[in-house]
Amino acid sequence: MNWKRKDLLDIRDLSNEEILFILDTAESFKDISKREIKKVPTLRGKTVITLFYESSTRTRTSFEIAAKRLSADTINISSSTSSATKGESLKDTARNLESMRPDAIVIRHSMPGAPHMLAGILDSSIINGGDGSHEHPTQALLDLYTIREKKGRTDGLSIVIVGDIAHSRVARSNIFSLKSFGNDVICCGPPTMIPPYIETLGVRVEYDLQKAVRKADVIMMLRIQKERGGTKYIPSTKEYSTLYGLTKKHVAMAADDVIIMHPGPMNRGIEIMDDVADGPSSVILDQVENGVAVRMAILYLLIGGEA
Amino acid sequence: MKTLIRGGHVIDPLTSRDGVYDILIEDSVIREISDTIKKTDGKTQVVNASGYIVAPGLIDVHCHLREPGFEYKETILTGTSAAVRGGFTTIVCMANTDPVNDSRSITEFIIDRARAEGKCKVLPCGAITRGLKGEELADVGEMFSAGIIAISDDGRSVRNAGLMRKALEYAKIFKLPVISHCEDDTLSGGCIHEGTASLLNGLEGIPAIAEEIMVERDIALARYVDAVIHITHISSGGSVRIIETARKHFRKVTSDTCPHYFSLTDEATLAFDTNAKVNPPLRSKRDVDAIKEGLRKGTIDIIATDHAPHEFTSKDVEFDLATFGISGFETALALSLSLVREGVLDMPQLLMKMTANPARLLGINSGTIAEGAPADIIIFDPDLEWTVDRNSFISKGKNTPFHGTTLQGKNLFTMVDGTIVFSELK
Repeated sequence: MNWKRKDLLDIRDLSNEEILFILDTAESFKDISKREIKKVPTLRGKTVITLFYESSTRTRTSFEIAAKRLSADTINISSSTSSATKGESLKDTARNLESMRPDAIVIRHSMPGAPHMLAGILDSSIINGGDGSHEHPTQALLDLYTIREKKGRTDGLSIVIVGDIAHSRVARSNIFSLKSFGNDVICCGPPTMIPPYIETLGVRVEYDLQKAVRKADVIMMLRIQKERGGTKYIPSTKEYSTLYGLTKKHVAMAADDVIIMHPGPMNRGIEIMDDVADGPSSVILDQVENGVAVRMAILYLLIGGEA
Repeated sequence: MKTLIRGGHVIDPLTSRDGVYDILIEDSVIREISDTIKKTDGKTQVVNASGYIVAPGLIDVHCHLREPGFEYKETILTGTSAAVRGGFTTIVCMANTDPVNDSRSITEFIIDRARAEGKCKVLPCGAITRGLKGEELADVGEMFSAGIIAISDDGRSVRNAGLMRKALEYAKIFKLPVISHCEDDTLSGGCIHEGTASLLNGLEGIPAIAEEIMVERDIALARYVDAVIHITHISSGGSVRIIETARKHFRKVTSDTCPHYFSLTDEATLAFDTNAKVNPPLRSKRDVDAIKEGLRKGTIDIIATDHAPHEFTSKDVEFDLATFGISGFETALALSLSLVREGVLDMPQLLMKMTANPARLLGINSGTIAEGAPADIIIFDPDLEWTVDRNSFISKGKNTPFHGTTLQGKNLFTMVDGTIVFSELK
């Protein structure tokens, strides 16, 4: 297929064909990271800006490494170093950056729709690196990539997403992609963290973690979004951990070849116990590794075109 | 000064007049209505209304003129100019100016300014509580003597039920209706309807119950103290049902909704269009259907605009940061006329909700085309198609979710107290 999009804003907008095209493209990039010289000239002369208004370790580093391995120049801007602290609006910041002629801007912002706003006013390719509680499309893509790698398929799986579904952009993006590929998705968490009307997305809701994980092929854990007021929705993290912390006991109830996923950062001892996070079923570090390949693919598809 | 409006299809819901008539206006008053009025001296100006509908000037019980304090959003001059273009001859402006209209001096300022510059009649609504803070009653009596027509803390509910009770009681001295914006802010806090759109785009939701709980509470309080309560800008089907039930036992409750609540759903916010950000929020298809049903059955008596103009920059930001509100004067009539085309209301019923019913709530003698009544008259073409262009709005507020939409029906002529203040008649 021919890639036509200028921006990558959300999963909900993508067709299955486009998603698979990204995954297949990522496949060919994964090897590069395993070579001794981890660099190809594909995006030489291109400039990628990461504009992060929320803190990030994985996503920002992952994009930067992905860009650098494709020989693009990268500049990182985080809100503490940007003019946001001097009161400049997002729109003005973005327009000023655009004047320096970058090819792509990866934006992370606490407010849903911020990347969409930029996409409407800038010529640069906009990549959503996470917008508030809305979407985190590259995370869902690397998650699907990891699922396909481990399970050999992207459909017909029983997948449980556990935690603060309401405030999680990771959950939203994953629900959109996993349902669109025909998986059985169960959302598990306290009712205060399950958004109303979620059944309309075709997912099932289960408040009891033990019931939810039974025979599951994939368990995705989410953290409590403290920065989005997550702690208001539960009496205490201790109680949350008792009810929704993933233990070895839960893993034993799932399918034999269950994989345990987490987008990070993990709160060990709260939503996931050490022996699960570091156990044989955990693919948490594979997710991070695959993230680089998937982001290389996205950068290549969005700005590698004319080269 | 005499004006003869000739040959128009006159619809006056209050007097059940519905047919072709001539109307003679002398000074500020309607002097004569009959099949044909021939006697005109040379000085009488003649307005040919044939082929159009002639109706009482529209009355809006809920708008924001932004002056004093927010003149960059709207002024009394620009707001009333937009109003008369839209067919409104009397408008009630809410108290959330800066300073808040909670005292005699601000009420007097608005009235003086409207008299000097206004294109239509402006009736200020005073605050219920000082500074809209919900802590103590505003100077209701002082404002009444200066000319307020109602009281409201529009923009929020009076949180404290005891204080709301006192406001309802106190307003009885002056026979002032209390206009209630219903929102339990411990349940709201979001920026779009809590429904499928908020589920999909991750914006914090405002559930319909945030409105309904306060509708329930305020009607209960009004009923307890036997006061007049008007529930404004209802957006949810639940509110319609609550009001319908309450009215079986308590007739002093009235309500209004706005054109956007029967024209759009929360789907308009899916792509983060900040011009569709409004409070209360655009809700689901089911709510829209229930609002229409409420209009049809008469549970909703009035259509108001909640004209809420904002400067462009306040909408040209991240959705969470954008202001709430829709600039409504210049699209209200056309959007409302769709109710007639859809068969929800017939033309007299629709006009009743925009003329006689608001007049009754406010206790004013306009809202009718009758001999001796004030000559507040509009002439409109119910079928004319036009495309909304926000850049051609007279209002400073270009914030409309209907930009680029083709609507049907347009006001062509507005007369206030016998003076032609707007005319696009050929």
